[in-house]
Amino acid sequence: MKVLDIKQEINMTESLMTRINELISHYPEGKQKSALLPVLHEVQDAHNDWLSIELQDKVAEILSIKPVEVYEVVSFYTMFNRQPIGKYMFEFCTTSPCCLNGVENLMDYTCDKLGVKVGEPTPDGMFEVRGVQCLGACGYAPMMQLGDFYQEHLTKEKIDQLIVDCRDNKITLHDK
Amino acid sequence: MSQKILLDKINVPGIKTYEVYRREGGYASVEKAIKTLTPDEVVEEVKTSGLRGRGGAGFPAGMKWSFIDKKSGKPRHLVCNADESEPGTFKDRFLMEHLPHLLIEGMITSSYALGANLSYIYIRGEYMWVYKILERAIAEAKAAGWLGKNILGSGYDLELYVQIGGGAYICGEETALIESLEGKRGNPRIKPPFPAISGLWSNPTVVNNVETIAAVPWIINNSGADYAKIGIGRSTGTKLISASGHVKNQGVYEIELGLSVYEFMNSDEYLGGMIDSRPLKAFVPGGSSVPVLPANLIYKTANGDDRLMTYESLSDGGFATGSMLGSGGFIVYNDTACIVRNTWNFARFYAHESCGQCSPCREGTGWLEKVLWRIENGQGREEDIDLLWSIQSKIEGNTICPLGDAAAWPVAAAIRHFRDEFEYHVRFPEKIKNREHFVAEPFEKVKHLVSKQTV
Repeated sequence: MKVLDIKQEINMTESLMTRINELISHYPEGKQKSALLPVLHEVQDAHNDWLSIELQDKVAEILSIKPVEVYEVVSFYTMFNRQPIGKYMFEFCTTSPCCLNGVENLMDYTCDKLGVKVGEPTPDGMFEVRGVQCLGACGYAPMMQLGDFYQEHLTKEKIDQLIVDCRDNKITLHDK
Repeated sequence: MSQKILLDKINVPGIKTYEVYRREGGYASVEKAIKTLTPDEVVEEVKTSGLRGRGGAGFPAGMKWSFIDKKSGKPRHLVCNADESEPGTFKDRFLMEHLPHLLIEGMITSSYALGANLSYIYIRGEYMWVYKILERAIAEAKAAGWLGKNILGSGYDLELYVQIGGGAYICGEETALIESLEGKRGNPRIKPPFPAISGLWSNPTVVNNVETIAAVPWIINNSGADYAKIGIGRSTGTKLISASGHVKNQGVYEIELGLSVYEFMNSDEYLGGMIDSRPLKAFVPGGSSVPVLPANLIYKTANGDDRLMTYESLSDGGFATGSMLGSGGFIVYNDTACIVRNTWNFARFYAHESCGQCSPCREGTGWLEKVLWRIENGQGREEDIDLLWSIQSKIEGNTICPLGDAAAWPVAAAIRHFRDEFEYHVRFPEKIKNREHFVAEPFEKVKHLVSKQTV
């Protein structure tokens, strides 16, 4: 992976730390490493959806574990981003049942409409299109994940509307 | 109408909320178990019910519970596997989204049976909004006194939390799930020791699927014997089936095990037949990892018996002519679907999801994907088909977890039943250039070309 020299401003707010401490309390004394995945989600959500090395180091410090224990987890799981992503990431499910329902054509349509290729954000950083593996919504295909939520039974018209809603700031990405 | 035991209240308005769920008789199994049954009696009821693990493997749940180490005196844990990621499977999500308290009730009753005082629900990261639903439902249950210290004055304590994953299919394998719950990469562990002896933080642990745990309240409220009356033979009770693909009514259904595949596919109560009445070409009955079957083996077994929705009937004939009930991820294909493309699609999935720990799976899944891709894109060679067969046979059985088998089986089944379609791709590359090649011209119409062509 390309390592980008982009600085990320770290801001561990009071409400974020409260949530992190609550998550740590879900595990027995000394087993705080178990909170790593939920904590990474919270931290990533609060930092423009990506985790720089500095931010990962911060998480290691909070959980009293070695930085490498964070790096190896962040690089294993697909939901953790090691570089900045488009603000509105359209993650289309591209596994068989969605393909049977036309997701490939819909992805082409979305890329054309936004003038991008899969995996490349728009120049303004607003949108990005990616293909991902089965999201567990096969009966509601074609579909995509946008932030914490699923957009199902997609059509070209629904994609058009979603793009408008994103631009108008009407889409909630994270449920906090 | 068949009997519903999981989704019987699904249409009650507000059933998601604690108040309505409780008013409708929710949490009765917790009361009954804690006040009138010993933990071992709860285990016995579940054994009697014949309930089998609903995640895919179908191992008897009561038996799994009875293996948990109670002698060492270590803390015990129940972990619910809500990492539903098998392509074609979306039943657990449906249950958790609409009936969160049913799962929580099942977790409490089951934790009591196992003597677990700290339990977890591990849910896949992409189901973030369901994670929030469960967290809020757990808070409601706790406020109402069903969780915490001294539940119902019995002296039994239980804390229950939801843990969110990070997007990795492999974490649905129980030992990988435990690793992930410990804050690590999802690399499966070598068994033995089994989790029942050494699981979460080396403590005795039982991992059960969402649907398995959700069946426990009914079994305790009624009886294991009543549950065993539903279904046929060793396939007792009901099963959630998530149906997708080229059928009219895609969605989640609760069926009594023993229903015929024909009725499930065609009756209006269930899938209502094929979209646009196009011919049925193939189906995958239990999630992407189970063998795909061609049309002539779907409604009837090779012996000519009716194919039923049971563990036994769907696997009748072994892999030569049968498949598996698996997770209940029921994917249907009509004549416009390309088996080669679909097999490539699944192979890509497994190549992406292999954890990389075992060489046969790490390397083999990548090979399968690449070779299938070149066949699907008109660059295949005649010997590629045998190469695929060879690769899959070297993965199967040679990995420490079942992901390797799961990657191998769909490829083997596709070649076994649809070899001529692979040959067509290799011999007529110009006819498959468009990715929707069988939409314009279904394989049935061009099949004759394969046999005429000599190599």
